[in-house]
Amino acid sequence: MHETILEAKHINKEFHDPVTVKVLTDVTFKVNKGEFVSVIGKSGSGKSTLLYILSTMDTDYEGELLIDSQLMTGRKDMELARIRNEKIGFVFQFHYLLNEFTVLRNVMLPGLKLGKYSEEEVEHRAMERLKMLGIGHLARNMAYKISGGEKQRVAIARALINDPLILMGDEPTGNLDVRNSEIVFDIFKELTEAHDQTLLIVTHDQSFAERSGRIIEMEDGRIIRH
Amino acid sequence: MKSKLIYDIAKSLLLARWRQTLVAAIGVTFSIAMFITLLSFMNGLNDLLDGLILNRTPHVRLYNEIKPSENQPVLAHPDYKGAYNFISSVKAGITRQEIYNSGPIMQAVKNDPRVLGVAPKLNTQVFYNEGTIDISGTISGIDVEEEMRLFNFQDYVTTGKPMDVKNVANSIILGKGLADILVADIGDVVQVTTPQGERFSLKVVGYFQSGIQEIDKVQSYASISTTQKLLGKPNNYITDIQVKLHDLDIAPAMAVEYSKKFGVDAEDIQTANAQFDTGTTVRSIISYSVGIVLLIVAGFGIFNILNMMIYEKMDSIAILKATGFSGSDVNRIFLLIALSIGFFGGAVGLTLGFIFSVIVDNIPFRTAALPTVETYPVNYSLVFYLIGGSFSLITTYFAGFFPARKASKVDPVEIIRGK
Repeated sequence: MHETILEAKHINKEFHDPVTVKVLTDVTFKVNKGEFVSVIGKSGSGKSTLLYILSTMDTDYEGELLIDSQLMTGRKDMELARIRNEKIGFVFQFHYLLNEFTVLRNVMLPGLKLGKYSEEEVEHRAMERLKMLGIGHLARNMAYKISGGEKQRVAIARALINDPLILMGDEPTGNLDVRNSEIVFDIFKELTEAHDQTLLIVTHDQSFAERSGRIIEMEDGRIIRH
Repeated sequence: MKSKLIYDIAKSLLLARWRQTLVAAIGVTFSIAMFITLLSFMNGLNDLLDGLILNRTPHVRLYNEIKPSENQPVLAHPDYKGAYNFISSVKAGITRQEIYNSGPIMQAVKNDPRVLGVAPKLNTQVFYNEGTIDISGTISGIDVEEEMRLFNFQDYVTTGKPMDVKNVANSIILGKGLADILVADIGDVVQVTTPQGERFSLKVVGYFQSGIQEIDKVQSYASISTTQKLLGKPNNYITDIQVKLHDLDIAPAMAVEYSKKFGVDAEDIQTANAQFDTGTTVRSIISYSVGIVLLIVAGFGIFNILNMMIYEKMDSIAILKATGFSGSDVNRIFLLIALSIGFFGGAVGLTLGFIFSVIVDNIPFRTAALPTVETYPVNYSLVFYLIGGSFSLITTYFAGFFPARKASKVDPVEIIRGK
């Protein structure tokens, strides 16, 4: 049996504005180390909402969330920030790089924040990851001067800088053309196969999901297949 | 390590929008520069105006006032002891203006450690004779050396050497206005008549200009011995003892003490010149409030710019939070941005303020009323720079406080999902 990285226990969530709507109902599942999990579902099925709860950014829910066998529910903002920094890598649909910094600096920031390695080491690790993703030559460019596909790869490099337990993605290929989507998918595939990286990706791209290791399908705030 | 990272991020955010940053910083720079210039100039002016009177005024003046005796004979009568007496039309008796025992009193005051110096003075009324016309005025007999040391006498003698009045026998320094009326040049001889009716010839050795025309038209100075000779009095006859203290603020208490101790009247500088104190205070209040209003306006400028910056940087804030920066990190980043605008804007402002002060200090300002002043007065007190510097940091801190708190409360989920 693989060790469990992430565990959701009976998670419920409601939106209260403007009227009370139940978006998640009794969501319970586990993600084991090395798994490549896709979460699919129609628009409004609650998959993104679930992802943000799992990422610890959204703390307004009922139920329990465990990452690395530690309870996340009810922790303080500071602790959660620290956990996000150390244990979770995040890739968004829209690239979300900091335009004020170079590509390299963007990748380095979470590493510098963690403070586990010296600045030189963080820089070295950032370069390693950029090279691994085939964008080492862009390191000195400003973040806003590179293409969309390249930005997404930079974002993946950034997500990997602190060797996270789990990498989460919210439609990471949703904004990319087919060729770039393929590149990103191949990167994910390689990460999980070669590096035993745990991945949890929300997507509505059926072909993407089918090629991943495991599919969790959601409908109306419930898991209907996993 | 961590604070260096926060510093780096703040710096990058600042420099990414350097034009906006510059506008905010210029706001601070301008207000600090104006604050410094205004206060330096205002206080320079205050010092000048105060100096006009206060520098020349003794801190405590000992003299004998002409007034009716408080101990009327009826009070001594045993029949009316404990009774309440009404006496109308009381007149001053034979009051001597002379200070008794002036020598020992001066010696005692001089030995007081709180006292900077003591100068005797002898005031008398005279008539200056200009042909058939008599012009009334006063002559002050002074100890020239002490008067120069304690009351800057030399500053007001615009023509001639002050020491001549001591060295040349029967000499006088005329007020400039009086000299004009008498048409007396240096080296001329003027005739004066004393209250006793004696006529004297005095040689003019200099002109004196106080800056107050009314005084210059009546006042003249001679040495103490010359004045004693005019009055036909012995050489221990003086009417005033002028005391200058180390600390001006204890003057009222000292006046009371000396008055009791030596049995003379004593007047302190605060009582004698209350209106100058009030004027100074009011001018200071005005300049401080204008300066602080300038800073507050600059503070609002920073507040606006930071608020705008936070709206622009919502994405960046969200991503920082998503990658593990906590709310307090974001808060510190934006406070640091505000404070660095305050710090650099303030530093340049202090320098500019100094430069403006120097410029003001070099603008010619010549007026007949103020013979020693050639340019506008400026007070370069370090206190204004300290106030300006700390105030620029305080206002920018408060200007940054609310925007930074708002930034720290940005919900990353809302921003990221809102796209």
